[in-house]
Amino acid sequence: MAEQTTVRPTVRRSPLALAADRLADVAAATGGAVSIAEVPFLAQLNLRLDPKGPAADAAGKELGVALPTAAGVAARAGELTIAWLGPDEWLVIGPAGGEGDLEARLRSALGTGHPAVVDVSAQRTVLELSGPRVRDLLAFGCALDLHPRSFSEGACAQTRLAQAQVVLIARESGAFWVLVRSSFASYLADWLIDASVEFTGPQA
Amino acid sequence: MSTQEFRTAQGGRIDRSRPIRFRFDGSDYTGYVGDTLASALLANGVIQTSTSIKFDRPRGIFAAGAEEPNALVQVEAPFPEPMLTATTVELYDGLVACGLGGQGRLSPEPDPARYDSVHVHCDVLVVGAGPAGLAAAAVAAETGARVIVVDERPEPGGSLLGTRETSVLEWATSVADRLRSNPEVKLLTRTTAFGYYDDNFVLAVERRTNHLGAAAPAHRSRERIWRIRARRVILATGAHERPLAFNGNDIPGVMLAGAARTYVNRYGVLPGRRAVVLTTNDSAYEAVFDLLDAGVEIAAVADLRTGGSPVWGPRCAERGVEVLAGYGVADVTGADRVSAVTLAGPDGSRDVAADLLLVSGGWNPVGALYSHAGGRLRFDTDLGSFVPDGCRQAVAVAGAAKGTFGLAGCLAEGAAAGREAVEAAGFTAPADTRLPAADEQPASPTAQVWVLPGDESRQYVDLQRDVTVAEIRRATGAGMRSVEHVKRYTTAGTAHDQGKTSGVLTSGVVAHLLGVDVGELGTTTFRPPYTPVSFAALAGRDRGMLYDPVRVTALHPWHEAAGALFENVGQWKRPWYYPRDGEDMHAAVLRECRAAREGVAMMDASTLGKIDVQGPDAAVLLDRLYTNMMSTLKVGSIRYGVMCRADGMVFDDGTVIRLAEDRFLVTTTTGGAAAVLEWMEDFLQTEWPDLRVHCTSVTEQWATVALVGPRSREVLATLAPTLAVDNASFPFMTWRDTEVAGIPTRVCRISFSGELAYELNVSWWDALALWQAVYDAGQPFGITTYGTETMHVLRAEKGFPIIGQDTDGTVTPQDLGMDWIVSKKKADFVGKRSFARADNHRPDRKQLVGLLPDDGTTLLPEGVHLVAAETVATGALPEPPVPMLGHVTSSYHSAALGRPFALALIRGGRGRIGERVYAPLGDALVPVTITSSVLYDPEGARRDG
Repeated sequence: MAEQTTVRPTVRRSPLALAADRLADVAAATGGAVSIAEVPFLAQLNLRLDPKGPAADAAGKELGVALPTAAGVAARAGELTIAWLGPDEWLVIGPAGGEGDLEARLRSALGTGHPAVVDVSAQRTVLELSGPRVRDLLAFGCALDLHPRSFSEGACAQTRLAQAQVVLIARESGAFWVLVRSSFASYLADWLIDASVEFTGPQA
Repeated sequence: MSTQEFRTAQGGRIDRSRPIRFRFDGSDYTGYVGDTLASALLANGVIQTSTSIKFDRPRGIFAAGAEEPNALVQVEAPFPEPMLTATTVELYDGLVACGLGGQGRLSPEPDPARYDSVHVHCDVLVVGAGPAGLAAAAVAAETGARVIVVDERPEPGGSLLGTRETSVLEWATSVADRLRSNPEVKLLTRTTAFGYYDDNFVLAVERRTNHLGAAAPAHRSRERIWRIRARRVILATGAHERPLAFNGNDIPGVMLAGAARTYVNRYGVLPGRRAVVLTTNDSAYEAVFDLLDAGVEIAAVADLRTGGSPVWGPRCAERGVEVLAGYGVADVTGADRVSAVTLAGPDGSRDVAADLLLVSGGWNPVGALYSHAGGRLRFDTDLGSFVPDGCRQAVAVAGAAKGTFGLAGCLAEGAAAGREAVEAAGFTAPADTRLPAADEQPASPTAQVWVLPGDESRQYVDLQRDVTVAEIRRATGAGMRSVEHVKRYTTAGTAHDQGKTSGVLTSGVVAHLLGVDVGELGTTTFRPPYTPVSFAALAGRDRGMLYDPVRVTALHPWHEAAGALFENVGQWKRPWYYPRDGEDMHAAVLRECRAAREGVAMMDASTLGKIDVQGPDAAVLLDRLYTNMMSTLKVGSIRYGVMCRADGMVFDDGTVIRLAEDRFLVTTTTGGAAAVLEWMEDFLQTEWPDLRVHCTSVTEQWATVALVGPRSREVLATLAPTLAVDNASFPFMTWRDTEVAGIPTRVCRISFSGELAYELNVSWWDALALWQAVYDAGQPFGITTYGTETMHVLRAEKGFPIIGQDTDGTVTPQDLGMDWIVSKKKADFVGKRSFARADNHRPDRKQLVGLLPDDGTTLLPEGVHLVAAETVATGALPEPPVPMLGHVTSSYHSAALGRPFALALIRGGRGRIGERVYAPLGDALVPVTITSSVLYDPEGARRDG
């Protein structure tokens, strides 16, 4: 067997750590048309509760912003993003390392009833896509209408990008977050890098 | 090299300062930028491009666009591509092509070009950038609406490009410029909308770099599929001229009149020197005058209408052009090219020398996309054409596609359609619309003629398929009354062109032969694609490594570095086995198995599906979905469970970990993860919405390392010094939260091998650190990594079934010998009722058993069937049907048993234990003995180490 010296981390590793350089190269290769980077280790909690029940109000108070009840909306509260995933489901995204504290806070705030809080921080990793051609890049693999008129900052969707299930969130300054299952992350990174080839030469 | 002797002295939309060299059928020619292969060939006097597929008859360029039925070519260089029409291949430097008789050749070389697809949304989609389409787009775009205009040609203008309407063409150019500079508008040229589906979903293919030849930049996709979702669609797809059936109508030099006009005006090419014209309508006269002015001699115009054309007749007389009203073509003379035309009419017949015979049998509005969308067509007797007649989708038709053939009418209709569409999409259209002035000739009615008198076996209806009127008569003579049947019987309309010129003519000929009304008869069904689309374009970027997503665990890079070979399990790549130098799979797997049974071994089990089940009724849900009781499970403990479908057949299995009174972690098979979550959600949302439970997938939140073997406890103890690992403190089927190598870990005592074993669950992020720590700590114990093959052997030795391998949707828990997993106490659970079915109690149901080949050496192939001894009493298989007992579901070499063994589903198998049966392998009958499915450690002595 080959010597096990090449891969020897002693610390945790994000799903796209090994793709970081190739992702970083995209910005230069496309002349800044698109930039792609993993935002690793963000805290992510899946929240399930009755949107009309007391737990919803309690969650809103604890998070600092009411849970969005309209489809396709991601609310912001300081460093937290609360993405609507379904009529009784949200994804709370926060700074790296905050999942334990956030989970404990939510659990105690929500009380009984039957809210569910699940730490899913490692379930998906986050890719940040930016640059003037980012919408065109996403349009290669996402069937949703991403025109600013219909998908602007604060919009979110569970959809497909290429052949991967993703949560897509429109961020400030025309950037997007793409949350992808960790096992699909490497496929999606390859797909994004390949898609960006279109922007690497003179544009017609 | 030829000298383009058929090129006009000036004119056309070609760039005469940029000559291009190309090769066709082995000869070198020149053309100009702006030419198609067809126009360049005609400029060089080449009209024949191939011979026909069935009768080997010479065939020539017949049309000037996508409707071309004849001029199929194979491009040989720069990249081989079959079955293109010369009339749509733009000329580029270095093009090498040859004519095709109906069949092309795919390149054996991989295509190096990129292909892609894009999703796009708009308020208004306009298909066709001719006068009607541009008028519509101009109005719509002015409102700020998102507008997409697609057109198959290299430049906008549509039919204007083939005329001398310079002032309207100037307007078209300025509209196109305005559209291009509008950020909310996409004007896509070289783009063919080829399919129109429900909800105004339209597919188009853009040919982006084909016309650049070898100069195509590598980073740009060669072809692109546009997936367009439009709130409103305007079809301004124009019309195709149709031919007539007459003797010799397939000889090169017979050409559609409008095509000849296009060659002269757009390309500056004379398709011949001396032309005869045959027409049923006024449009051919415009060709007459354009050709005349370009220097083509018009020998005669045969107008099938007895009164000729009241508008154009006198003008022809002025120019000295002879019009023969009521005349038709009786025959065409010429071997490889028209040399003379025999005209026949009220005053007899005469031969006219000519090298060109222009034909116009009327115009067919292009109704393909409208039909794809579900639109109906009706026959308009005044126009002699099928026109749109209503559609369920948000679509409008404008211009010639609607049967409006005059230019002024097309412009007005387009503008109106644009206004209506954009207002329906919620925008405010401008108060008035400026349209260019356009001459409009009053047109006299078209004569409805399909077939001229003559020899039906020489009158072609579908030139590409070599279908004649005689053949259609054979079909109607055989009793066919539907054009659909005639199409299938004769193949008319089934070629690359899908009957663009021949389809309506076929209907007309059938109507003529049957003596029925063509409107009653209708057309054949139009189906996508409108024009051929390459498979490469449809595949786009979903090829090679991106064809299907490859799912990997957090440990994948380690496995790769360790030289593992991988097995595809669904979309996952799982390590199959880890060969050492010189080892084959057999040796590696035996070694890995030995390590797990005798020492310690480790495996990446992260692909197991994992679902967090939370809520006060979580235990109730699990009791209802698993066959066994889950509510009695204690916090801190683990239970194996089986799920059945309502029919009582095993659906999935896994372990259930109780984390708290109201919280469980459920594992599923690798392939069953998504299905089990859906199964749970389905029941919660539709059957039991009263249950207070939430399910969340955590498959990739947790990575899992299996640590297996009699020495696994020692390895764990070195890494988790604070964990009491003795059997009493940490018994089988319990779990503990602890730190392993300093990493927060949930350690589960679960065994899928029968050995003392642990599953170490950590955050996906920590997987590699944990794995490496276990690997390092295990070195003194000779720890061995193993893959899915060894996992399969170990579990099979213990008779643990793999759902989906040893089961196939017809197997109950009882069939697996797992009656013990089916609760007798629970009032109900999914599948329970089905266990009472008489069929589930048949004694001859297939049951899971073990098999040992008697010779101790033969490895039975999985899937091989088994027959009873009495069936092969003669020493050979009887004549079919051979009574079968069942088949092998799993088969391996066993290091522990020192021999191959198998699992099999056998009729009444458990009652046959000890019986010798036979596996037919090739010509041999291999004797095997049926055993219990548990072949190793049946008393379970090894579980606690």
